[in-house]
Order: sequence, then C-alpha cells, then structure tokens
Amino acid sequence: MNTLFWRTVKGAIGVFTAFGFLFLIGPLFVIVPLSFNAEPYFTFRPEMLMLDPEAFSLRWYENLFNDEEWHRALFNSFFIGICATILATTLGTLAAISLNQSNFPARRTVMALLISPMVTPIVIVGVSVFFFYSQPFIGLAQTYLGIILSHAMLGAPFVVITVTATLAGFNQTLMHAASSLGANAWTRFRRVQLPLISPGVITGGLFAFATSFDEVVVVLFMGGLEQRTLPRQMWSGIREEINPTILAVATLLIIFAVLVLFTVEWLRARTAKQLQPQ
Amino acid sequence: MGKLKASSLALPLIAFVVVTLLVPIFSLVRLSVYDSTVAEALPKTAEALQAWSGTDLPSIAIYETLAEELIAAQETRELGRVASRVNRILSGSRSTISKTPRRFARTDAPDARQAFIEIDEDWGELAIWHALRQATDTFTSRNFLQAVDFRLMPDGSIERMPESQQVYVTLFIRTLGVSIAVTALCFLIGYPMAYAMAHASSGLALILQVLVLIPFWTSLLVRTTSWIVILQQQGVLNDIFVFFGIVADDNRLTMVHNMTGTLVAMTQVLLPFMILPLYSVMTNIPRDLTKAASSLGANPFQAFVRVYFPNSLPGVAAGGLLVFILSIGYYITPALVGGSKGQLISNLIAYHLQTSLNWGLAAALSVILLVGVIVLYIVYDRFIGIDRMKLG
Amino acid sequence: MQNHLPTALCVSAMLLGSAAVAEESVTVVSFGGSYAKACVEGYYKAFEEETGIKVNLEDYNGELSQLRAQVEAGAVTWDVIDAEGPQLAIACDEGLIETIDHLNLPPSPDGVPAEEDFAPGTLTECGVGKVYYATMVAYHPAAFPEDKQPTKVEDFFDLENFPGRRGVHRSPQAVLEISLMASGVAPEDVYDVLDTEEGIERAFGMLERIKDEIVWWEAGAQPPQMLADREVSMTIAWNGRIFNAQMLENQPFKILWDGRTIDSGGMVIAADAPNLENARKFVEFSARAESEAGVASYIAYSPVRKSGYDLVGNHAITGKPMKPHLPTNPDHGGRQLTLSTEFWLDRRDELVERLAAWLNR
Repeated sequence: MNTLFWRTVKGAIGVFTAFGFLFLIGPLFVIVPLSFNAEPYFTFRPEMLMLDPEAFSLRWYENLFNDEEWHRALFNSFFIGICATILATTLGTLAAISLNQSNFPARRTVMALLISPMVTPIVIVGVSVFFFYSQPFIGLAQTYLGIILSHAMLGAPFVVITVTATLAGFNQTLMHAASSLGANAWTRFRRVQLPLISPGVITGGLFAFATSFDEVVVVLFMGGLEQRTLPRQMWSGIREEINPTILAVATLLIIFAVLVLFTVEWLRARTAKQLQPQ
Repeated sequence: MGKLKASSLALPLIAFVVVTLLVPIFSLVRLSVYDSTVAEALPKTAEALQAWSGTDLPSIAIYETLAEELIAAQETRELGRVASRVNRILSGSRSTISKTPRRFARTDAPDARQAFIEIDEDWGELAIWHALRQATDTFTSRNFLQAVDFRLMPDGSIERMPESQQVYVTLFIRTLGVSIAVTALCFLIGYPMAYAMAHASSGLALILQVLVLIPFWTSLLVRTTSWIVILQQQGVLNDIFVFFGIVADDNRLTMVHNMTGTLVAMTQVLLPFMILPLYSVMTNIPRDLTKAASSLGANPFQAFVRVYFPNSLPGVAAGGLLVFILSIGYYITPALVGGSKGQLISNLIAYHLQTSLNWGLAAALSVILLVGVIVLYIVYDRFIGIDRMKLG
Repeated sequence: MQNHLPTALCVSAMLLGSAAVAEESVTVVSFGGSYAKACVEGYYKAFEEETGIKVNLEDYNGELSQLRAQVEAGAVTWDVIDAEGPQLAIACDEGLIETIDHLNLPPSPDGVPAEEDFAPGTLTECGVGKVYYATMVAYHPAAFPEDKQPTKVEDFFDLENFPGRRGVHRSPQAVLEISLMASGVAPEDVYDVLDTEEGIERAFGMLERIKDEIVWWEAGAQPPQMLADREVSMTIAWNGRIFNAQMLENQPFKILWDGRTIDSGGMVIAADAPNLENARKFVEFSARAESEAGVASYIAYSPVRKSGYDLVGNHAITGKPMKPHLPTNPDHGGRQLTLSTEFWLDRRDELVERLAAWLNR
C-alpha cells in the first residue's frame, strides 16, 4: 500500500516532467512544417494535414534566398557576433585566469562587477547604451562598433563563468612544473594552460556568440538600418509583414542551434576526458 | 608571478565593463534629472521668472523679454523643443507657445502682455507661467515623480496624478507580479526536469540534456513566434481542442495577446535558465545522501524535503535570480504576444524612448527598475555568492 | 597564427564599412511592406532612371529616436524620411528635419502652382505631403447575416446587433475620433469635444461598450490577418492594408467608409542630410502629380494634389479601377474627418497615458 502510494506519486511526477519537456521542445517543431506552407498564413490548412503535396512549397525559402535585406541581416549577425565573441572571449579568459589566483584581492566584489551585465535587465542596458552612445563626441549609436562593444559586454560574463569553472579543475602543479623546466610566463600560458582550458574557453565563446546572435533589444534601440541583424529583421517581420518567410528563417536557425549544441556537447565530453586522472 | 601581475590580467575586462555598462548607466541617471533645453533657449526669461512672485501675472517687462527670446528661438529652431518641454508640464500648452512668436509681430495691442493674451487667452492665466518657470529648472524631480504617478504642480507642490492617468505604478506592480509568477512557474516545471536530467540513466540523461539545450540555443524570436502560431485562435492548440470536441469551433479560446500568452511564452523561453543552474548543482548532490536518509526511516517525502532539497537550494537561488531578472527587463515577448493586459513596464520605457522622445521619463523609469534589481543582486550575493553561479 | 585571421577580417571589414560609397545616391527611409513596394514601383524607379541617382531604401516603424540620436551625435546617415503627421511635426519642432523653403515644388501638369494644387494642410513647415490614407472600420461579410451587414460606424460599437470580437489599434489617435463620431458628434465638432474632459470620457465610454470583445493590435499587418483568421468580425484598420488583402489575396473584406479619419504624412529631409542636394531633388520629384498617382496605382492611398488625384487610373497589377478604393473619393459618402496634427501634438502623451490607464482598470 505504502510503496504503491509512493509509486503513484513518482509516476505522476514522471508524467508531469514529461509534459515539461514537451512544453519546452514542442513549440519548436510546430514551426518547421508551417515554413513549407504554400499559403501566406501561420495556420495549418486541412490540405496540409492530408499531406497534399500541393499545400507545401519552398516559396518562403526562395523569398529568403532572394532577399537582399535578409542577406545583409545574416552577414551582420555573423559579423557582429564573431567580433563581439573575440572581444568577450579574450577579455573574459584573461579575467578568469587572473581571478583564479588564490591571492586575488576583493575577488567577490570584482566577480560581482564582471557578472553584472548578465543580471542587468536588458531593457536598461539597451536604454543606457543608446543614450550614452548617441551623445555628441561619442557618436557610437548606429555604428557596428557600438553594437559590438555592447554585445561583447553582454557576452563576457558567460566566458568568465565557464572558464572559471574549467580552471577549478586545473592542476596548478603543471604550471610549476613548466616553470621549473624554464618556461617563461607567456610560454607557460600558451603551451600548458591554454590547451587545457581551451574547451572552457570555446564553450564560453559559444555562449557569448549565442548571446550576440540572439540579442535584439540593444540592436532595436541602438542599431541603425545598416546594422540590422537576423533577430532584428525577424522583429520587423513579425510586426510588419506577417508571412512564413519568418518561419523559414526560424527553421534554419533551429538547425543552426542544433549544430552549435552538438559542438558544445562534444567539447564538454572532451574536457571531461582530459580532466580525468590518468 | 607577483600579486600585482596576477590581478592585472583582470583589469582590461573590469575597465571594459565600467566603460560600456557603468558609465552609460550613470549617464542614464543624469538624463533622468537633468534637462537644460529651456534654460538655455530662454536664459533671460528664466532669470526674470526666478524673481516673479507667482501670485499675479508677470510684469509687462517679462512678457517683452519672453517675446524677444521666443522669436529668437524660432529663428534658431529651438522653439519646438521649448514648447514640447513645457507641454510635458502643462498638457495643451505646446500650441500656445509655438504660435506666439509667429503672431506677435502682427498684433497691434498696446503692450506685450495684451498682445500675448490676444494671441491666446492662456497667457492671461498663471498656469502657463508656472509651467514655464518650472521648465527652466535644469535639475528636476519631475520625471521621477511622474514615474510613480505623482506630479509636480506648477506652484511647486506635489500631488497624485488624476486617477485617469495613473499608469506606471500599476505597471511596475504588474511587472513584479509577472516576474514572480514566471519565476515560480519555471521553478515548478523546471525542478523535476532538472532532477530527471541529473539522475536518469546516462543514455536518457543525454537525450534530456539535448532537449533542454536545443531551445536554449534557439533564438528568442523563433520561440516567441512559435507561441503565436500555437496559441492564436486558428492556432494549433485550438485546432486540437476543436478536434477532440473540448471547445466548439465558433467558441475558440483566446490564449494569445493577453496575460495567458505572456505567461506561457515567457515561462517557456526562460525555463532553461532555471534548469541549467539547478542541474549543475544537482549533479553534485551525492545519491547516497537520500539513501542514508531512507535507511534512517525517512519516507521519500521527508528524505526529499529534509535532505535533498536543502542541498539543491543554491541552484534554486541561482536559477530564480536569473529568471526573475530576465523577466523584469522583458521587452520582446510581451510586445509581441502581450496584447493590452500583457504590457509590462519595459514596453512603456520603449514608447518614451522611441516614439514620444520623452527621454527623461524613459530614463527615470529605467533607474527605478534598476535600483530594484541592484537590491536583489546584493541580497543574492550576500547569501549565496555570485561567484558560485554556474551554467550546466 | 590562424587565430588572428578572424580578428584581421573584422578590423578590415570595419574599415571597409566606414569608407564612403562614391556613387551618387540618396537614402530614403520609409515604412516597409506593401506601401514601400508601391512607392518603389510607383516612382522611385522613375526617379533613378531620370536622374541617375540611386535610391537606397530603408524601412522603419515611424520611430524618430534613431534620427534624433543621429542629429545629436552629428552623424546623420538618413536623407529623406517618409513620416506620419504628428511625428513629422515633432521632428520639425525638435529641429531634426529641414524646412521646405529651399524646395522648388513643381506645378501641376496643366500649370497650377504647387501651393494651390496641394490640399490644405499637406504642405507644412517641414514636410511635403504625398498621399492620404484612412483609418476606418473594416469587416468580414461572412461574419454577419446577408440582410444584416454593418452600414454605419455606430454598428462597430453595437455588440447586440453585430456580435463578434473587435480589432482596435492600441493608440488613442484616430480611435478616439472614431468613437466620438459613433457617439453622434459631427466630424467638425470632434476636436472641440475631445479637448474637454467630458469629451474624453465620452470617447472612452464608447470603447467601454465593446471593451470585453476588443483585440488590440499594434502593427498594420495585423488587422487583415485577424479578419482572415476570423479572430475578429470587425476591426479598425488602415485602408491600404485592407485594399491589398481584397485585391491581391482575394479576401472578401468590406470597408465601412462611414466615420473614417484621414491623415497625410509627408516627405521630409533630415537635418544635415549627407546627400542634401540629392535629397532635395528626390523630394521635388516626390511632389510631382505623376509620382503621387504612381503610388496610387499600386496601393489605395489618395494623392494630396488635386491634379494627382485626377491622374489616378487603374490598379497596375489587376487592372481594376483605383478611384473607388481611394479614401478621399467623395462617392463614399458617410462621415469623414481629417486628423488634427496640432491636437495630437498638444495632447498625445497625456492621452497615451490615459489609454494605458484605462486598459489597466
């Protein structure tokens, strides 16, 4: 009786959990078939459910590949994303290495400062960088540089967090060994430390890239027409001209997300292997 | 490696965050209390009005000074900016001010005061003069007062906004309520999911991880769009309900462009931010702990509440903080699926930033929001420690 | 060494991006969607052909924060902006756009000077009007029995005889005017009434009647979508969007011309526009009667010049006559109100807040 009760409870929680996963992932898969809709609507037509080939078409993908605005948005997203990632990863990795020193002064306060972009409401980040960068003599509003700096700032905390986590498993005696073999600080960093923490650095970089790639509020407030990114273009699309081109973009972005995910998981697995005691 | 050298590697990022985040936030605070437009455009009038009693109409000399400066402002195209600032204090005064210099030359009234009153009888009232004097203050508390539904009366007293114009407090409260609700929903749904990920057999755990991470890596806009597709009246969910006869075809449920839509979409979008920190904490909780509790006679419920849950608290706190703060600043999802009742404070901030160009008010609203978040951040850091935050 | 490649690429791309484009061009910022397409086909192409100046078309949602940021920072990249009435006046007040006194506006084809040919109020201090558009009620005929179709704007607020959900723009502008007309205020008295406390209450009182059935929309693309999906039976909408759904997607929607409000935007030149000369040429070209009529052969917006209106013929794609669809066509009958820019400049922020407060109640 007692075990039966607990089993029922467990089963109920299991079902609830399964619904949780469905809730999380289900919406993504609704989009994919609709991006092949022959009609300019967001709704399933009865013909689509019958799998009538007439109801499906590639016209929205064609639209996408022929539209210069989407090309520019794609270029901007990658350009801004890559530049912001390089900046965030470099600064973030250096900071994490230095924070990992046991004698770092006021570590907790500094950490709180470095993480702060991640926990500042995005609307405030957007509003303040817009006001600040649009002042005379600064003039970075509606420039690539302004957006790259803001995105790098938003992405850096992720790098700090992931690299710090990797460094926690890093064996400092390796550095001492390298030092006793006569390696200078730069060589020690490049030949010993960096290879070992590189999975953490790359994961952090991917987080930073995803942050920039998905960011829309800063671009919306501060970006000019030249700097439109994919999310910004989708934002206009959803509000202005509702048609399944957006869904075609969405489908491609989901595929891209899956690719990124597997890269991250592969790197994680590699780190785990490396950190295992020989 | 000396102490100095070790810590100096963090300096570039510290400087970078200061320059790209803290300085802009500081300039935001300045913008919310400082506006010199009118003082600069009408310097002599500003000075003369400081000495004005405020109980009677100003002297004819002040009218003359104002006429002179308004005409000058019209030539330098400052007039509209002046009028818009005064209009924010006294709604309706924009047209009074902007037509005055144009018509002033054409009147044949004996003196400047009568000329003004002939142009618009509002110039014979005290209200517009009080508003003008207030607008010449370079430092003002007006924006902050307006952001909490109070107003600075022309005579300097503070009064609540009329009920028909009280907006912002309600929106702050609603934003807070929605953020708490979303955080609670994410916790309720996310906790068992994180538990399943952390303690399932390795094959299943991997699949579950992938299921959580795909949405995490998928664009926010993609996910918001998918909720529109699912929840709209001709959407997937309604289709399913109609197919199974749960609702009638002509009585489809409204689930988007209202609060339901906002809550559902925000919860789904933010769920990974709850699950990932929880998961990273749960994987480090030894399974032996609950086993030990059971062997000491605790039933599964007691073992969970007394032993497992307290150990997972740092994850709950980290996930809760992330979700709560992200939802407080939420803009995109409410703007797209919110409808009228699903509007949050950030939507009004965006309105004043982009459309009304009342940047001072946008800044004041943001500063209030920010102060709330900083308090929360400090509390979290005190009790949990921000340096313990982990993502997966 | 390969690590440095992306960095090098970024830096060089940034340098390239900042290098000026030598070609003669003009950057035109306008609303996107079908309106932009109508303008491109209607006359942008003709402008490029005649002058050899390339038109760089950009779309925006009418918000001026970007222009203000550009002007304040002294780095203006926009040349010509297509703006709505009140936004145009705000930009003019704030000194964000040039005044039009340097322009040489073309006379009509039969020689009437521009000042007399443009409808009153469409040539302002800073803007040159282009087309009139209407904000009015549209409905799906299948939502009502054949013998009981809506005929007047009052029907929009009558849930008993005309059941169904209503789409309303979440903005006080035009919505309050339509409400007042439906409450029995004559178009010419609307602004006098709306300037009083009782008038505002009266307008909100009309909305109160249908409040529970209102679906609020924000983007112009939503009303036809909501009608097509039968999410609403009637909606306040912009006539060009409804027209496109009727013409290009064969939707059976009907427009209720009674109680319409009309408004005209205008072409303006950004202060310190980088290509000032080209911008002037472009605005002068826009002001031609042929240009206005060109736009009106793709989308149902009325030219603001009398001579432009007379030139309007058939729809360029379907070949159907355009005049019956133009918002200012006198044959529509019913009540018509021209939006007052001055009123909205004075009262907009207050009424936006009141609408938000009313929605919160």
